[in-house]
Amino acid sequence: MVTESDIEHIAELADIGISRDEVPEFTRQFNAILEYFEVLDTVEGERAPADGITNVFREDEPRPCLPQEAVLANAGSTENGFIKTPRVM
Amino acid sequence: MAGTLDFSPDDRCNAFITTCREAPFSDGALAGVAVAVKDNISTAGIRTTCASRILEGYVPPYDAHVIELLRKEGAAIVGKTNMDEFGMGSTTETSAFGPTRNPVDPTRVPGGSSGGSAAALAAGLVPMALGTDTGGSIRCPAAFCGVVGLKPTYGRVSRYGLIAYANSLEQIGPMARTVEDVSRLMSVIAKYDPRDSTMLDRPYDHRPSADIAGLRVGVPEEYFGEGVDPRVAETVRDAIGVLEELGASTVPVSIPGMRYALAAYYVICTGEASSNLARFDGVRYGPAVDIRKSWHDAYQEIRQANFGAEVRRRVMLGTFALSAGYAGRYYAKALGARQKIRQDFERALRDADVIAGPTMPTVAFRLGEKTDPLSLYLADILTAPANLAGIPAISVPCGRVDGLPVGFQLMGRQFEDERVVDAAYAYEQEVRA
Repeated sequence: MVTESDIEHIAELADIGISRDEVPEFTRQFNAILEYFEVLDTVEGERAPADGITNVFREDEPRPCLPQEAVLANAGSTENGFIKTPRVM
Repeated sequence: MAGTLDFSPDDRCNAFITTCREAPFSDGALAGVAVAVKDNISTAGIRTTCASRILEGYVPPYDAHVIELLRKEGAAIVGKTNMDEFGMGSTTETSAFGPTRNPVDPTRVPGGSSGGSAAALAAGLVPMALGTDTGGSIRCPAAFCGVVGLKPTYGRVSRYGLIAYANSLEQIGPMARTVEDVSRLMSVIAKYDPRDSTMLDRPYDHRPSADIAGLRVGVPEEYFGEGVDPRVAETVRDAIGVLEELGASTVPVSIPGMRYALAAYYVICTGEASSNLARFDGVRYGPAVDIRKSWHDAYQEIRQANFGAEVRRRVMLGTFALSAGYAGRYYAKALGARQKIRQDFERALRDADVIAGPTMPTVAFRLGEKTDPLSLYLADILTAPANLAGIPAISVPCGRVDGLPVGFQLMGRQFEDERVVDAAYAYEQEVRA
């Protein structure tokens, strides 16, 4: 069971934004879905490592990339070739 | 041959988000063929929205690998098709651009999330389209609209330039009105691309064959059980009968892991979505974030205003399922379930060459019929297992119930896309004759 305050906490963790009047409905829907997820408790044993699968690595070498103007073209706010963001601190 | 294709469709079903009135094309295997592209696949110079307000105004600076290949083979990219926002749905009703209607019956949904691509095909607006399939998003709308759609083996088509939702599950795939055209489009898009590190160099270059004598068709009881409309089940059993008449044999198989397939699927896809969709913050693209505010306030405000409810629900579910204290109970268990399901299919595909069943448990829903998220999730029960197992799966039309199309699903071994295409082709040729 999750409570309404759990839902508000999860929204905060996910930086997703939730309005007060959405909270009761999200809580009800979450609990219905989590109840359905309980079937996973019946999965037995630990997952074994997959056979025959290896990571694909490459050398960290410079490759062709987009020109700076193309990268900045979709940004809402730029300055001197950089993207401006809200303050983090 | 090279030129410009004039494209001004009568799009009364709202299949397209964007149309290109003058679509350039060149020489090649698809010279001058109009191809519609789902709007979560990046197209340089053509806006790409994922049917979300969070990407309003975004014009990709580069092409997805599949788009490069289409252009190279001469195809005319005529537009970007409607979809559930970020691919999260089975009805195309969660689009910020309004729902798509099913051309077969405009009071019904086209299925989703590639509903615009399927509707554009069913309405005769284009002969070929690209969709993407994370848990059934190509096969569901193909079934509901009466067209053909293939979810390729995981790793056979590059995901470079696909705006990611759930990386370990999703594939771009071909959709068309005939199996032959699906196969033609697959031959163009399934070529190796080192920019997708989950890809293997196994190109698809195949001309379908209707000779299926000796093919062993596995029939899993779980695909005909509770929750499946008995009339849909009957229609699909008749389709299996057609394969038998063509020289195939049937063998009973079982996928016991089906009982937790959907729970595993939704834990994994929402978990992956929660990290993938963190990139939509109004900084590098989309509506500009208010940079005078503090980071979290600005970020929450723009995401609440521009993501729809289902996207926010899934991001929150995934955040929860991966959070400290719950990851062991949900995510780790889901990965275990996924492995068991993959093993179930491996076992079944030792006794059978392909596995057959319905694509969807019902025919197309009415617009607005499904409002509860869980009841919508349950509709993916027959499609999501193939994504968990990474195997190829095709949906081909096999008749109607209440005047609405039913999809016949054929699944196969990893990298045996050719075999499911052949089985679907044999069926289609026989019933069209």
